[in-house]
Amino acid sequence: MNKITLIIRREYLTRVRKKSFIIMTLLTPFLFALIFIIPALVMNNQDKDFKKIAVIEDGSDLFTNVIPNTKDTEFDYLSGVKLNDIKNTFASQGYYGVLYISPQIVTTPDAVQLISMKQPPIGLLDHISGSLEKEIEKQKLLAYNIENLDEILRSINTSVRIQTIKMDETGSARETSTGISMALAYIGGFLMYMLVFMFGSMVMRGVIEEKTSRIVEVIISSVKPVQLMMGKIIGVALVGLTQFALWIVLTLALVTVVKTNMLPEGAMEQLQHIPQSFAEADQGMTAMDAPAITDAQLTEFQKIFAGALNQPWGLIILSFVFYFITGYLLYASLFAAIGSAVDNETETQQFMLPVTIPILLGLFVAMGTMQNPESSLSFWFSIIPLTSPIVMMARIPFDVHGWEIALSMGLMLLTIIGTVWMAAKIYRTGILMYGKKSSYKELWKWLTYKG
Amino acid sequence: MILFEAKDVTKRFATQTALDGVSISVPEQSIYGLLGPNGAGKTTLIRIINQITAPDSGAIFLNGHPVRPEDVHNIGYLPEERGLYKKMKVGEQALYLAQLKGLSHAEAMRRLKYWFRKLEITGWWDKKVEELSKGMQQKVQFVTTVLHEPKLLIFDEPFTGFDPINVKQIKDEILFLRERGATIIFSTHNMSSVEELCDNISLINKAHTILQGSVEKIRRDWAGDEYDVVFAGEVTPSGNNRYSVVNSSFEGGKSSVHIRAAGTSDINEVIRDMTVAGQVLSFNPALPSMNEIFIRVVETKNKEAAKN
Repeated sequence: MNKITLIIRREYLTRVRKKSFIIMTLLTPFLFALIFIIPALVMNNQDKDFKKIAVIEDGSDLFTNVIPNTKDTEFDYLSGVKLNDIKNTFASQGYYGVLYISPQIVTTPDAVQLISMKQPPIGLLDHISGSLEKEIEKQKLLAYNIENLDEILRSINTSVRIQTIKMDETGSARETSTGISMALAYIGGFLMYMLVFMFGSMVMRGVIEEKTSRIVEVIISSVKPVQLMMGKIIGVALVGLTQFALWIVLTLALVTVVKTNMLPEGAMEQLQHIPQSFAEADQGMTAMDAPAITDAQLTEFQKIFAGALNQPWGLIILSFVFYFITGYLLYASLFAAIGSAVDNETETQQFMLPVTIPILLGLFVAMGTMQNPESSLSFWFSIIPLTSPIVMMARIPFDVHGWEIALSMGLMLLTIIGTVWMAAKIYRTGILMYGKKSSYKELWKWLTYKG
Repeated sequence: MILFEAKDVTKRFATQTALDGVSISVPEQSIYGLLGPNGAGKTTLIRIINQITAPDSGAIFLNGHPVRPEDVHNIGYLPEERGLYKKMKVGEQALYLAQLKGLSHAEAMRRLKYWFRKLEITGWWDKKVEELSKGMQQKVQFVTTVLHEPKLLIFDEPFTGFDPINVKQIKDEILFLRERGATIIFSTHNMSSVEELCDNISLINKAHTILQGSVEKIRRDWAGDEYDVVFAGEVTPSGNNRYSVVNSSFEGGKSSVHIRAAGTSDINEVIRDMTVAGQVLSFNPALPSMNEIFIRVVETKNKEAAKN
């Protein structure tokens, strides 16, 4: 067997067999799967749970029938019942909760209480407060004695929902959700940062281990230092790719298993018909129409799913793999050079800083990218090789021109060649150097050694 | 024939000189000892031989030609600090290192089985290196060093961390390797092993060679005026102005007597005195131990240096 293959094999196998690797690989898909499964479960549960809420006003009937019933919630307006009468018995009377509206409501916003046994869903709270706010606004407006108020109100009642539609080069429009793009940008950028850092420092620790235990002195009688370094870097990269591939496969498998076994048929059907139903729901929606509000809330979910389905998944995964490999190669070779220059892990600090700064900078710019994906800062950082893996991953969900990706990738490849060459030079000298306090001056000397 | 030669090797580090004009010459199929106090420069010389560092001046030769990078394949090196992956299993690791040396999987397995059986470590195959004691790790490393049967073997402190039984075992293996044609250079502080194993030595002190040559010749040169005399029967020479008795013992019908001749004595006179005292079975110069020579040479040198 070729020597570098031997080295790659060892680096790969020793890491893949580690308990920590197996645990990480198996547990993470559960987290990923939850991200897919929970919304489906939530939607499913929402439909089933019918709630009856008792509404009590203290000495007035100002808000009677103000809060419209929804598909799964019914409001029961009780007059002449005191809060204390029902406070402890509402559950046995079949109520989900008691909504108490005190007379101070017009002046103090805290005057409404919802007493329930369980944590009420956010949608329900929004529905109640929205209805009450509207009514109070209406009452306040009434106090100005404006003529034809009802008509005026009806005519100024507007509802704005922004539908984001992106055009691609072929001219076909794709509906997207900014929320999903942001989430993907965040996950992509952060995952890239984590993986590059995690596997990069794995390489560094490996190099330090070989140096301090003098293994390298034995091994370089058999192989060239550069072979040892590249073997380690490639071996660890394969570990990363294995983990990544297993994550995808296991996540898909888990989602499928849960789909077929745990969710009732309806829930998944609903998810699959999202893109159509979301368009229909949007058209049929009017603001003050009671059932439509629930639809609007549901549509929010559906929109997110529609947005998720419409993401350029192929491009995202392909670029992720590309930027992972190249970003990793870039940083891993820098980390390897650092590892070779020091005698133990505590000494790495002084050299870590210049390597960590671009990574962190990349992460910060990536976070900013979510707010403003087309800013020139984001553009440049997604082109410059040291930060491009992280920032470009954050930009891709928002659609990036093909030439930008090509330029960024091309520059990345060029930079890698330079960096690996440089790292190999430092590594070759550093790995056999002991007890000498390394400094930047020293590193420069190693870099410029001939031969 | 000279297998390995270092000529006038000098190596300086930022604050000190590690080697100053050191030369050694190692005949083929011999054992060469590198001696010297801690920090004398032995390990630096070994690292230069292994091409881990380059000398500032001077040159090293293998088989008469300057050492080339590919020559390291013909060198087996056992570093002082143990170079093994701690988390890896013993067998797997030995196999890995052997394959890196260019042995095929099957050949490496065959040789490993042979050596593991020979050193009685077969049971460790599936243990992780970190589970082994220091001495045990060293045995494993010894095997990985000699496995590819290099012409030149370099052991840096091969006996530290071993119990006396294992020291003996490793000594036997070193002699065995020489018999099979290997040339061995090793550094040590274990002087008895030098007497038993080494054909030639270099004593390095503060970057300079201060004593060099065959062990036998050095011991004879340093023998001075002391002699071992063996008599038949119980004999105790009384001593006179030509010699004094240092100690004597009687065992198995023979008396062993250690005498010191006065500096001015004619040695023939002393021998005559012995024959008068009893029936002499043997009369030999008392060879000082390498330990004594080491201490005397280094101390003398250091005193000289202090004077200057």
